[in-house]
Amino acid sequence: MPRSIAPWEIKRKLLVKAEDKTNPRYGHIPEDRPAEEYMRYGVINLDKTAGPTSHEVAAWVKRILNLRQVGHGGTLEA
Amino acid sequence: MTGVLPITLEESRKIVQALLYSGKEYVCVMKLHGNITKSNVEKVLKEFEDTIYQRPPLRASVKRQLRTRKIYYIDFLEMEGRNALFKVGCEGGTYIRKLCFDIGEVLGCGAHMQELRRTRAGPFIENENIVTLHDVAYSFMEWQQQKDEKILRKFIQPMEKALALVPKIYIRDSAVDAVCHGANLTAPGVLSLETGINNGSMAAVFTLKGESVALARASASTEEILNMEHGVVAKTERVLMPRGTYPKCWKSGEA
Repeated sequence: MPRSIAPWEIKRKLLVKAEDKTNPRYGHIPEDRPAEEYMRYGVINLDKTAGPTSHEVAAWVKRILNLRQVGHGGTLEA
Repeated sequence: MTGVLPITLEESRKIVQALLYSGKEYVCVMKLHGNITKSNVEKVLKEFEDTIYQRPPLRASVKRQLRTRKIYYIDFLEMEGRNALFKVGCEGGTYIRKLCFDIGEVLGCGAHMQELRRTRAGPFIENENIVTLHDVAYSFMEWQQQKDEKILRKFIQPMEKALALVPKIYIRDSAVDAVCHGANLTAPGVLSLETGINNGSMAAVFTLKGESVALARASASTEEILNMEHGVVAKTERVLMPRGTYPKCWKSGEA
């Protein structure tokens, strides 16, 4: 049986259905969001060290960045 | 256990579900409980490159019922005495500790997981914009002192990055606010979309600027949506953009 393709191995193509433009007055290109907004809509690719739990690491990031809510994408517990 | 752990800040916590189900990749040191030849280990590892059954361990945060998980690939890397090093790409929620135990059973000598490092969580990989907790603390302090936004934009990624592997549907400005209010996405609002969308699959609704609007459940395939003139193409499940970011362009029922 051939092995399953990992999600990151899938190649996708963009198909156009209709043409339109976007108004620069509304919203922001993600990379250009104002600093404060950029942070609240941000993700950190963190290199977790051995020892603390994923939960503890998230709590530390929350304290360091002085944010109200911080989560993590999947416990690194194996 | 070390390695890639995406941290979601404030609003971006809404995309955690997309990350939880995304695939993972690990590099693992497995300790064998007997002397086994390298070729034997290699052969048995390959046998696990399949859909496997796992029951979550005693100390787990989920219900302990037998479930299946896909192993996309297992690549043997090297061996030193009774330590075998391998790389595994697998579905989210695969227990590598269990996997090592099961590999040990098939080998006949028994084995356990000695060390584990996650090298990928969905779109996040080990050698791309990865930062340590120290980097976060230092960069944040540096940013506060110098007010140079380049520093901030280097250690934090926009949440759209986390959706890189989810197939996208790009929509008109005029359709954005309705979706922000929880409305389902209908065909006229769609401008372009990626291949591989099927009825029932998860899709990410994006603006032309590349901002995420919502996570949605597609109700038709890419090919079907391309030819649709009206009707719902995706059911909005999780709104990511605040209401009012784009102007309201729909008429309310009464008025």
